[in-house]
Amino acid sequence: MTQRRQDILHGLRDGFPIALGYFAVSFSLGIIAAKAGLSAQQGFLCSFFTRASAGEYGTYTLIGAQAAYVEIIVMCLVVNLRYMLMSAALSQKIAPGTPGYHRLLMACCVTDEIFGISIAHPGYTPPAYTYSAALISTIFWATGCALGITAGCLLPQHIVTALSLSLYGMFLAIIIPPARYNRNVLYALIAGFILSGLCAVAPVVSQWSSGMRTVVLTIIISSVAAWLKPIKLKDNGAA
Amino acid sequence: MEQHRILIYILLAIVVTNLIRMTPMVLIKGQIRNIFVRSFLYYVPYVTLAVMTFPDMVLATPTPLPGIIALIVGMVAAWFRLGLLPVAALCCIIAYLLI
Repeated sequence: MTQRRQDILHGLRDGFPIALGYFAVSFSLGIIAAKAGLSAQQGFLCSFFTRASAGEYGTYTLIGAQAAYVEIIVMCLVVNLRYMLMSAALSQKIAPGTPGYHRLLMACCVTDEIFGISIAHPGYTPPAYTYSAALISTIFWATGCALGITAGCLLPQHIVTALSLSLYGMFLAIIIPPARYNRNVLYALIAGFILSGLCAVAPVVSQWSSGMRTVVLTIIISSVAAWLKPIKLKDNGAA
Repeated sequence: MEQHRILIYILLAIVVTNLIRMTPMVLIKGQIRNIFVRSFLYYVPYVTLAVMTFPDMVLATPTPLPGIIALIVGMVAAWFRLGLLPVAALCCIIAYLLI
């Protein structure tokens, strides 16, 4: 088996559980899109090319409110700013000498989960791995949204709610295992949980959107962690 | 609403979201040698996902308790490396049973 074919198979293997979780989440997203007046085709188009849960939620809410175009632009910038940090991190996991179009295309694949598994890939991350995981999960994501638009109202609310927790379960499965063998990651996670919890109830700060909270806390906590506990550099990109 | 307005909204969302993703790749060429920046980027994914998980997971359920229990069980399952799908499924099942 060639290396590339193996990368594709690994990407599909790791992308499939993400795809299932995406399907559930984008289905509930589709219900919101339907309220904003999107057709199933429009929901599919938007989901396929944005792949941004919080960003899409904001987009559909603003479309429903007939907001100004500039509001969509600002909202997408703030809510999706974390992708900029993720892309920057991913740039360090791409082997030197990889063609520019691969770097751009891999950047476009970045979602919370695809980024998570791409970073978790040992050594440099092969483009084929990220592409195959992104493709299968994106197909499920866009299909889920389109189905949610057409059939969302048929599913009981408590099932939709239970399904929405799958996303957080996947996050836990990505962040907890590294914390087991790296104490600094563990401390960073604990700080993230505590500060995020505090920010959700603190005055003023609790008025921020969750996208804004994510960006600010990520920059602060990661900076402090990098300052107090710098990593030891290895040359295989795994840091 | 007019269909072409919806399409413009969607196109704006697509263009902005993907430009955000591509910008760092254009700006950062090759490997960063600065140890602080490398360390910062190393911690970013873990902190981002942690911040997005809590307290949002607890707030996703009608009352906090199912979310809290799903969070704890999910963390224990992830600690023992159960994998993406089993951890996600466990959280869903617990929420479904407790809601």
